[in-house]
Amino acid sequence: MARLKELCKNKELFSKGHRACAGCGEALAVRQILLAAQEPVVTIMPTGCLEIFSSIYPESAWQVPMIHTAFETAASTASGVEAAYRFQKKMGRLKKDIKFIAFGGDGATYDIGFAALSGAIERRQRFLYVCTDNEAYMNTGIQRSSATPYGAHTTTSPAGTKVPGKRQHRKDIVEVAIAHNIAYAAQTTVALWNDLVTKVQKALATPGPSFLNVLVPCPLGWRYPSSETIRVSRLAADTCFWPIYEHQSGYKITYEPKTKLPIEEFLKPQGRFSHLFKDESGKKIIREIQDYIDEKWALLHKKQAAFPMPQAQV
Amino acid sequence: MILAKTGNEAMAYAMRQINPDVVAAYPITPSTEIVQLFATYVNDGLVDTEFVPVESEHSAMAACIGSAASGCRTMTATASQGLALMHEMLFIAGGLRLPITVPIASRSLSSPLNIHCDHSDSFASRDSGWMQFFAETVQEGYDTLLQAVKIAEMASLPAIVSIDGFILSHCMERIDVLNDQDVRDWLGPYKPNYNLLNLEHPILIGPAALQDYYFEFKRSQIEGMRNALPVIKQVTQDFNQLSGRAYGIVEEYRCDDARAVILLMGSACGAGRAAVDKLRHEGKKVGMVKLRVFRPLPHGLLKKTLSGFKTIGVLDRVDAVNSYGGPLYTEITSLLYDAVEKPRVFSYVYGLGGKEFTPEDAEAVLRSVLTGKKEELVTYVGVR
Repeated sequence: MARLKELCKNKELFSKGHRACAGCGEALAVRQILLAAQEPVVTIMPTGCLEIFSSIYPESAWQVPMIHTAFETAASTASGVEAAYRFQKKMGRLKKDIKFIAFGGDGATYDIGFAALSGAIERRQRFLYVCTDNEAYMNTGIQRSSATPYGAHTTTSPAGTKVPGKRQHRKDIVEVAIAHNIAYAAQTTVALWNDLVTKVQKALATPGPSFLNVLVPCPLGWRYPSSETIRVSRLAADTCFWPIYEHQSGYKITYEPKTKLPIEEFLKPQGRFSHLFKDESGKKIIREIQDYIDEKWALLHKKQAAFPMPQAQV
Repeated sequence: MILAKTGNEAMAYAMRQINPDVVAAYPITPSTEIVQLFATYVNDGLVDTEFVPVESEHSAMAACIGSAASGCRTMTATASQGLALMHEMLFIAGGLRLPITVPIASRSLSSPLNIHCDHSDSFASRDSGWMQFFAETVQEGYDTLLQAVKIAEMASLPAIVSIDGFILSHCMERIDVLNDQDVRDWLGPYKPNYNLLNLEHPILIGPAALQDYYFEFKRSQIEGMRNALPVIKQVTQDFNQLSGRAYGIVEEYRCDDARAVILLMGSACGAGRAAVDKLRHEGKKVGMVKLRVFRPLPHGLLKKTLSGFKTIGVLDRVDAVNSYGGPLYTEITSLLYDAVEKPRVFSYVYGLGGKEFTPEDAEAVLRSVLTGKKEELVTYVGVR
């Protein structure tokens, strides 16, 4: 359990003055994660919002080493960096222990960089991969990704007169990571700062690859006022749209909402779902979303009951 | 020491001697063996290398970039579709000025799928900011790979060393190898320009640079490629001292008093030499020019070498699909445009997809060059 009083004394490794939109969930997540990871870290990022708002030459928001290569290459570049580290350690050229964190958006992680991520986890490359998931390609202007939820409007899954937004459910990337026998995998969101910080520290302490999926609301792409990021993020957890859990040789739900809110509470403030509130067909889609969430939430409880995380790791 | 080695074995042997810090690689015909042999060196403890058996060539080059940016001497090996899949990352390695060295067993690009030799793969990567060397023989491939590591590090540029797929990669040759210690002493330790893992001076590698800086970055990279030519010259001379084997950037074969010459790269130079010998025996004034270094293009040297001849046949083992002749041909005609004595230059495309290029084919080309007349823009040698 992290304490805010202590956390705020840590050195800011992601400095202010970057060019993110007001209310950007991704910038908050990166700042919090680096506050949690005070040991020597070296970071890797693919092309995307984060790269654009943090690294336009000759400026940089990074107070830690950072490398960016291409869009689909966070995990593969990290693999090379980590191999270089292992080589220099074994040859006695490097003394300090270094931890590696790769940050990728959902497009870079679920879609274009998926094979590279899978390969790196299978090879047991030792790094924490953080997916800052805002559920669409925001950097290019809000196109659907395989992380975009059912029913959402994006510019390539528009709410049209015939087709009301995205017709498929999102890919369950954390389960995919778990299927790799990954050392540690977890999901959280930026509003739950303590949960996020704790999971980052757990992941970094794990010998082997780890994966953390962080829901980072995007005011521009989700179409809500920029002051509402944390509230929207919390609603994602409280409606169980975004289950907050971890997996380390077993499942543990780390956040149980006191009252599980109806999904409308999460959908309503966001312009990307506004078409669902206009008529009966939209309401039908909302019911489908609710059913899907309920089913997934129940399934997660079943998994937790059947395969609980060993006490030593809780 | 004299050994019998195929091209792939010789490249792997050189890599064992180089003992790179990191190798990230993926199998592909016809270069698979290089990676395969190297993996046995790793697992038998013959090298110190960290080996990363990645899940694609794209990831291989991304991992090589990560490793080289983290201060490690880094290599991979590939060919054809593999080099094509790396394409995006080649530009990034070039832009970051990382001296990654890559032996390739040159192979055609699909479709139709074909595993045999031509130069489509390396030519498609022409403008990616990599130096490109082409070897005529297995011996030259081995020697050039050793040179390329040193050149790459001195010039801060990545380098491709091509041996022709199957023709050299799978052909056994008697080669003279250096001893391990001589290679290691000659190369010395890698001194990177920058290192991501330097915690005392954290740096950002690979920023975005927009209208205000991008062009300046690129201009400096272009200058770096230009500056590589004297480095290549120096390292080639140093290597001569070490091994007793002399190489040029542009090499001439029986070109004294020649009127007509053919210009070639790679293994086909062997057929070229045989054809020149035959025609010389008949008293014809012919010769061959071999280009070893395609990037940086030694245009000053080429202009000096070529402008004295009456006619030149430029042989491309790749086509640019309805450009004004083969891609090497267009470069040669461009650089000769302002020559005082302009030779006539003819374009021949040969050997795509491993189509055999025999001494007889080379002879037919040479005879046609000698006539000084040619009707069609491009002659496709040996196509039915």
